[in-house]
Amino acid sequence: MEPMASQWTEAPHSMGTTIMAVEYDGGVILGADSRTTTGVYVANRASDKITQLTDNVYLCRSGSAADSQVVSDYVRYFLNQHTIQLGRPSTVKTAGTLVKELSYQNKSFLETGLIVAGWDKYDGGSVYGIPLGGTMLRLPFATGGSGSSYLYGFLDQAWKPDMTHEEAEKLVVKSIALAIARDGASGGVVRTVTVNEQGVERKFHAGDKLPLFYEEIAPRPSPLRAH
Amino acid sequence: MCRTVVGIRCKDGVVLGVEKLISSKMLLEGSNRRIHAVDRHAGMAMAGLASDGRQIVTKARGEASNYRSFYGEEVPIGELCDRVAHYAHLCTLYWWLRPFGSSAILGGYDRDGPQLYMIEPSGVAYRYFGAAVGKGRQAAKTEIEKLNLTDMTCRQGVIAVAKIIYGVHDEAKDKAFELEMSWICDESNREHQRVPADLLAEAKQAAKEAQEEDMDAD
Repeated sequence: MEPMASQWTEAPHSMGTTIMAVEYDGGVILGADSRTTTGVYVANRASDKITQLTDNVYLCRSGSAADSQVVSDYVRYFLNQHTIQLGRPSTVKTAGTLVKELSYQNKSFLETGLIVAGWDKYDGGSVYGIPLGGTMLRLPFATGGSGSSYLYGFLDQAWKPDMTHEEAEKLVVKSIALAIARDGASGGVVRTVTVNEQGVERKFHAGDKLPLFYEEIAPRPSPLRAH
Repeated sequence: MCRTVVGIRCKDGVVLGVEKLISSKMLLEGSNRRIHAVDRHAGMAMAGLASDGRQIVTKARGEASNYRSFYGEEVPIGELCDRVAHYAHLCTLYWWLRPFGSSAILGGYDRDGPQLYMIEPSGVAYRYFGAAVGKGRQAAKTEIEKLNLTDMTCRQGVIAVAKIIYGVHDEAKDKAFELEMSWICDESNREHQRVPADLLAEAKQAAKEAQEEDMDAD
């Protein structure tokens, strides 16, 4: 009999994923789910898809886990050298440009959608979306990954400019929770990273504490154990 | 032939000026430029061998363009200066290369404000409030030190530089000279430009008058 080395063991690690980043008044918030899959098998239910590039710039990764990790490693290396040579922190735009160059010049080899977001003293909080083909666009907010399909309509209505930090964080957590509810390839917990002039703050939103939506049933004690 | 090159950093920009000797009456005015734009936000004035100067400018332009392609932003002036200085120094390391026969005064306006640098043939480069190089540099530096640059606008700076250059020009030894000036300031939208013709004329006029005043006060 053939050994069970079937599709799921050999399928590439993919981050089904929902990622997003939002600019608020004073900085940016990056958010992501935590499910990494090989086929239908969940390889990691608590992965960290928000990667640090520099002290003040972070990256949301989606698509092929390997491709996105390699790109982020290269960009971190370049930015590190750039910072030393320049004598000041790199700008978010520079980080975005480097990610974009790698994505575009290697587009036939890579399959990864990325969002670069951070804070620098010239432009404040900035978000740059760099999807599959290697375009780069500065946006007030950006989404990516398979789960992002379910968020377009929601964000068209729910996003507004000049949000406070609390409003923006609520929006990010709610959006990702909505995407997790509908996208099988997204799940687990919601991780958020806030980057502003004061520094960086990482937060963890447990899966069972996420808001529930239409048709989702909150757990109730079983009637059999009623006492 | 250029004798003296002057650069000053004012509160809202940088002004560069060159005293260009006119070696022949057949030369077209405005030809044989000594001040070149390196990028939109930076310019370089050369003193010494003109052809060596052009090489340095070409190198600087390449570096600025390369930086823009790679990092997506205009090159910070300090970084540009480092790269040019690195190249000048490189030419002092090997027996089959000779050092550049000219100094460059680099003026630019980036996101950290207006900056002025000078790169010497040895590869040494410093940042300055005011710099002068060439035959009349000693007298020019003395004059620059008298200026209050932190409160001076570029408009006033243009006139000051014109006066300095007219002042160091040796009437006895050399006859005609052409004044070439450029600036990068808030008024020029932070772009490197030749000083507008009307302001240049005003500066020349003021400089001539200042010369006459000096001569009368004997």
